[in-house]
Amino acid sequence: MEFFLISMLNSLSYGLLLFMLSSGLTIIFSMMGVLNFAHASFYMIGAYFAYQISVWLGFWPALVIAPLLVAAVGMAVERYGLRTVHKYGHVAELLFTFGLAYLIEEAVHLVWGRSSVPYVVPPSLDGAAFTLYSTDYPIYRVFMMAVSVSMLIGIYLTLTRSRIGLVIQAALTHPQSVETLGHNVPRVFMLVFGGGSALAGLAGVIGGNAFITEPGMAAAVGPIVFVVVVVGGMGSLVGAFLASLLLGVLQTFSVALDYSFADLFAKFGYTVDPDTPLAVLWNLTISQTGPVLPYLLMVLMLIFRPKGIMGSREG
Amino acid sequence: MSKLRYRPINLGRWLVWGITALVMIVLPLIFTSGFTLTIMSQIGVGIIFALSYNMLLGQGGMLSFGHAVYSGLGAYFTVHALNLISKGTFYFPVTLAPIIGGVAGAFFGVIFGYVTTKKSGTTFAMISLGIGEMVFACSLMFSDFFGGEAGIATNRVMGSNVLGITYGPAIQVYYLIIGWALVCMAAMYAWTQTPLGRMANAVRDNPERAEFVGYDTHMVRFLTLVLSGFFAGIAGGLSSINYEIVTAENLGALASGSVLIATFVGGAGYFFGPIIGIIVFFVMVTAVGGITQAWLFYLGLLFLIMVLYAPGGFASLILMHVPVIKARLMRRLWLPYAAAAITGVVLLAGLVSVVEMTYHYSAEADTNPGMALFGLAFNVTSYTPWAVAAGLLVGGFIVSRFAWKAVGKAWGEIILGLQERRA
Repeated sequence: MEFFLISMLNSLSYGLLLFMLSSGLTIIFSMMGVLNFAHASFYMIGAYFAYQISVWLGFWPALVIAPLLVAAVGMAVERYGLRTVHKYGHVAELLFTFGLAYLIEEAVHLVWGRSSVPYVVPPSLDGAAFTLYSTDYPIYRVFMMAVSVSMLIGIYLTLTRSRIGLVIQAALTHPQSVETLGHNVPRVFMLVFGGGSALAGLAGVIGGNAFITEPGMAAAVGPIVFVVVVVGGMGSLVGAFLASLLLGVLQTFSVALDYSFADLFAKFGYTVDPDTPLAVLWNLTISQTGPVLPYLLMVLMLIFRPKGIMGSREG
Repeated sequence: MSKLRYRPINLGRWLVWGITALVMIVLPLIFTSGFTLTIMSQIGVGIIFALSYNMLLGQGGMLSFGHAVYSGLGAYFTVHALNLISKGTFYFPVTLAPIIGGVAGAFFGVIFGYVTTKKSGTTFAMISLGIGEMVFACSLMFSDFFGGEAGIATNRVMGSNVLGITYGPAIQVYYLIIGWALVCMAAMYAWTQTPLGRMANAVRDNPERAEFVGYDTHMVRFLTLVLSGFFAGIAGGLSSINYEIVTAENLGALASGSVLIATFVGGAGYFFGPIIGIIVFFVMVTAVGGITQAWLFYLGLLFLIMVLYAPGGFASLILMHVPVIKARLMRRLWLPYAAAAITGVVLLAGLVSVVEMTYHYSAEADTNPGMALFGLAFNVTSYTPWAVAAGLLVGGFIVSRFAWKAVGKAWGEIILGLQERRA
């Protein structure tokens, strides 16, 4: 029970972090049709900016400044890069963001080196929030969840209650009509791209010190975010939310479970020895298969329900 | 009634292929050092791999982020086959061993391709990425087959030597690779002329119409991917013979990304584009990579610039000039080109300085602040070099904008002139 509750809380905090990443990607995708390959790179530079700012000014200013800087970078990318390749179609846009991801990773190598940087949890958030049975649950995890949830509410209110949110929603489906009504749709696109990047950057600020801040972090989390978007259904925010939580649970629990098919067979009286056909497969534990599970889920989803959990269209 | 057939011998085509073959055969006789031979062998393997990738991207319109899966698995199967052959489990000539890789690549093309090719465009790109990640993650799980971190090693020298061919010396491996490269190039070119190759183009350009005509777009994409996997597998098999080792890196995201970059930079829209791309890629890797640690940064930058300003790649840049040369109008371009080149050098010098100085500063500013660049030695912690570098960068940027405007103007006039001549 203790293991279950703690793992559940960890899944929730990880899932919410994934949602912060995938929500920006989903909004950008459904609005502009651009699948931003460099989205996870914005997550990474968010973490690195936060590290640098926290060295100079401390963690709390970094929490505000770093996402804003990432937003500025995102808007510049949209204005001077994506808008230029837009005329060549979606594949060119995808290629552009792919090249950008390469470039950002190399730039991080150049500036901060190839190993991880010591971006740590601030002392004021270091410690146990509460004790569950015998496990101390860290304050920082609670803080992460609080930031994610308040961010979630923030996006929801912005999209549904504010004027700019209404324009964004209208521009999602009817960009030309919105333009005819006198709104500057390209500028709205730029703001949305910047906003999505800022969300990724914020995820980097709070995720970078919870996990690890290193040049490989974008390449590690990027494909997972793509899986979230595919499994949730391309362009569906609710789907992305459910898929994020699902993947959070899947990844957190799979790491800790040491069961294999061989154990299952043993329950029924079969023993798997090295000569059994496919013995390697039966002896794999769930924790060993952990890294493959998200992609397996994606492939299965594509075979049995190609539009994803909440998607309305197929691809 | 018998059909009247008139087919002139396509002299130009025979000439191009003949010269290509001749150059590939003669090159090692001119550049005899082991280093160049290694690079030329890599380029030979790379050409097959990039052309197989272009069957997807160029001919089929499928942007794949996981093509190294097929070449990597092909390489693994070839390595295991070679090890079994040398143990005497079965007999198979080493010369033909890459075909084992090809069959393995095609087999996995059948398995993965059926799911991935249901859709094209963005969805295909994402799923290919997911499959790539999945196979890479699997490679760390099944260390019996994939050899874990160390990979699987083999020995290509085995058995009897036929006509003195043992594949011990690197030159023999080079000619093996060249032989396979020529055969594969010809086969892949022939494929573009088949009905399937033509349908792949149609499905790329307008899937809806292709479907209305009665073709199954999924099937066309699927068959294209299987064939592409076959040739990628051959490339993988050749690389395993060349290096005598295969590691999980061979099927990772970096390998997939490299072939994408090389193909695109060369020009995905033309059959020979990827060949140019692979040569440019290996020149970058060896020449630039030998000088600076930041070569990936420059490669990424080159890729981004090509995506932004020359989406047809180097191939289109070259072909663009053919009508101009024919019309004898090149002289109008020399002056703006010279201006663009000179200002470009200034901009590049500024960029390289900033990148290299940043790198040096972050890596060893405390222990070793002195560095040398373009033959100048200076202290990286002082302000002057930074000011100079920033000046070069900003100044170069401003003047090159003027130069490129002049280039654009000259081109506009030339295009107008060409249109007038045609009219």
